[in-house]
Amino acid sequence: MSKPLKQIHLAAHFPGVNNTTVWSDPAAGSHIDFDSFVHFARTAERAKFDFLFLAEGLRLREQGGEIYDLDVVGRPDTFTVLAALAAVTEHLGLTGTINSTFNEPYEVARQFASLDHLSGGRAAWNVVTSWDAFTGENFRRGGFLPREQRYERAREFLATAHELFDAWDGGEVLADPVSGEFLRDAGAGAFAHRGEQFDISGHFNVPRSPQGRPVVFQAGDSDEGREFAAAGADAIFGRHSTLEAGRAFYADVKGRLARYGRTPDELKILPAATFVLGDTDAEARELAREVRLKQVSGATAIKYLEHVWNRDLSGYDPDGPLPDIDPDPGENTIALGRASVRLNRDPVAVAREWRELAAARGLSIRELVIETTGRQSFVGSPLTVAREIDNLVQQDAADGFILVPHLTPGGLDGFADTVVPLLQERGVFRDEYSGPTLRDHLGLAAPRTRPLAHAHH
Amino acid sequence: MPAHPSTAPSPHSSPSPAIRLAVALDGAGWHPAAWREPGADADRLFTAGYWAALVAEAEAGLLDFVTFEDSLGLQSTDPAGPDGRTDLVRGRLDAVLVAARVAPLSRHIGLVPSVVATHTEPFHVSKALATLDHVSRGRAGLRIQISERPDEVRHFGRRTAGEGAAALYGEAADHVEVVRRLWDSWEDDAEIRDVATGRFVDRAKLHYIDFEGPHFSVRGPSITPRPPQGRPPVSALASDAAAYPFLARTADIGYVTPRSADEARSAAAALPGVPHVFGELTVFLDERPAVAERRLQRLDAAHGAPYTSDARVFAGTPALLADLLLEWHGAGLTGFRLRPGVLAHDLPAITRGLVPELRRRGVFRSAYEASTLRGLLGLERPANRYAAAPAAARTPAPASA
Repeated sequence: MSKPLKQIHLAAHFPGVNNTTVWSDPAAGSHIDFDSFVHFARTAERAKFDFLFLAEGLRLREQGGEIYDLDVVGRPDTFTVLAALAAVTEHLGLTGTINSTFNEPYEVARQFASLDHLSGGRAAWNVVTSWDAFTGENFRRGGFLPREQRYERAREFLATAHELFDAWDGGEVLADPVSGEFLRDAGAGAFAHRGEQFDISGHFNVPRSPQGRPVVFQAGDSDEGREFAAAGADAIFGRHSTLEAGRAFYADVKGRLARYGRTPDELKILPAATFVLGDTDAEARELAREVRLKQVSGATAIKYLEHVWNRDLSGYDPDGPLPDIDPDPGENTIALGRASVRLNRDPVAVAREWRELAAARGLSIRELVIETTGRQSFVGSPLTVAREIDNLVQQDAADGFILVPHLTPGGLDGFADTVVPLLQERGVFRDEYSGPTLRDHLGLAAPRTRPLAHAHH
Repeated sequence: MPAHPSTAPSPHSSPSPAIRLAVALDGAGWHPAAWREPGADADRLFTAGYWAALVAEAEAGLLDFVTFEDSLGLQSTDPAGPDGRTDLVRGRLDAVLVAARVAPLSRHIGLVPSVVATHTEPFHVSKALATLDHVSRGRAGLRIQISERPDEVRHFGRRTAGEGAAALYGEAADHVEVVRRLWDSWEDDAEIRDVATGRFVDRAKLHYIDFEGPHFSVRGPSITPRPPQGRPPVSALASDAAAYPFLARTADIGYVTPRSADEARSAAAALPGVPHVFGELTVFLDERPAVAERRLQRLDAAHGAPYTSDARVFAGTPALLADLLLEWHGAGLTGFRLRPGVLAHDLPAITRGLVPELRRRGVFRSAYEASTLRGLLGLERPANRYAAAPAAARTPAPASA
């Protein structure tokens, strides 16, 4: 007998500030009106998704010394919009990306504990890091953090936040009008953290929230990122949605858990994935081609190439050949505020590879960028897409996916109406929520009330 | 069709009320024993439903706005830190999040969370309040406060205590300046979605704010587009005249705590440039003065000490309170932020007793006359400070990252 079917986890990323979002489509709505968030969240909840996810950036992107204007620009404050969404949903998890560099643990822990109370146990935190002075220019401390210390601070930030969450064990609030005891314990909320990054003590002033701690997510593909997730995260946002790369990532990350005393099901692997649906596979492929052309205009292609080349390429024709000059190998100064730029670790090698590919296939700059970036993860009829998602999960390439539609706010509607019922028919996705909290949706146990494991201490 | 009595408002245009009314929501109420009163729901203070019900009651009374108290440490009777008491409400949810949580459940009433400027980043505060304004469709306000508490300093550990109120108010004024500049850093029509040129925004309508001060420098622009109100109203409390310069420099609404009409007159006269000067009172309201007095005494007995406050404590009937408010209004105050002694009792007494009384006297609205908080307060939507400026050459970002 084969092993039982794994249950798929699905989440939705509200489309953000990148060229995935096709804002020029007549069906594209506002990315800032609250109605858009309500529509999107209610669709995700109707489809019984685990959670809604928001990314964050703390400075508007720039390229060539100017604010980048080709993609959606502008987004709301993460905590505030998630708190408002808690009022219009009942089950949907609410996941916010919050930077550990330009925040303080006491304040962030307060905000997440508050969000968890106000949502009845649906809060999750995607812990990200930043080191750059560019973003720091918007904050008191500026670019104070050396790049190599960013995970150090993130790790201690998270550990400190957990100490704050754990400063209340949940039994302190009696609110007994007869005895006059509001608190059982005069020491409620007491904490003291003495570390390299933070030296703080006192009393946390939010009582223990329904989930005890918010669910913790970690993005990042580097060795340090994987280790950080294995040590203490509840889910990691992988970047691999193909079978082979996904299986390798999955096996690697799950294999790291044992050394922290954790079992493989204590960390969910949830890659981000885009999709294009059609009535038939052929129709979906045609739609996907049209979407790619809208996502990568000639101007966008040149800007994208500049991320790798780290040079002004505005003189090049997007319908012409790739530049024959090499990238500037120094610190990337042409594109600022973009996470993807940091992922191009060897731009000279990338450029060589791309030139060879373009020459071999006769691709223009724009065609090359369309070919090499952001290909849709799932393209096909609802049945094809349902089968593919199920296959990837059953083959241990992922535990589920965070879907990123290319339209705001209706981009999830078709998936909810057509793919989700097929997954439910296959017996791999819930028909109803089994509990009220995000931990319930993800099958995660209540958190252990002890400090986060430290891998490198 | 009979003519409306002259005191009745037209169904189409409710005139602006002469008196503005807000209530300050905190815990179970402002009396330390409030949480022990019948109906206080003190075991629900950390639930969304508790706050939603209070805001619904305030909105049913057509109040201008509610404020949400907050602090970055446990409530305490000791200014230095926690008092270790177990007989009083301790613990608070983040006020901005509470306001956001109730925003979709209300339609008209202003939502004004308290924010401590001393330990927060103006960049975060600006986008949070802009977002509260977006999710409430123009009903956000901000109450800014400072913290001198050494225990709160230790919660953050990045500055030393003992800087003094004057320095902290100076920093808070800079904080508000940054917040407002960031609100203006997007012109209202910055989003152009110009398919022909492929541009989503017109970057000429996004502005660096380049604020430089002793406590922070902030470049901008905000990540969040300009809020619906342009600039949500900023308010602050001055319990004594030492904080008036801060109010004068900063506030759209200044809260003051006079004990008499003369003090109300002095406060209003001292703050001529502040659009609204609100008087604050803690109120205990019942049908007869003696009943209110006895209730206050009973609460004091439960608490074991007489209730004291920086603001005047009023125990009496809604009609007597209306007399007092009208007198102080005549002395120059434009409105009042009332602190209900016991929310479960005194908030309904305000909405169902005081409000009808004020309406009978022709000084309070019978329907919401505007859809934004600025509109309710009779404040114009401000022009964007950057839009009027000539198209100055923008300096490029520094070329290091």
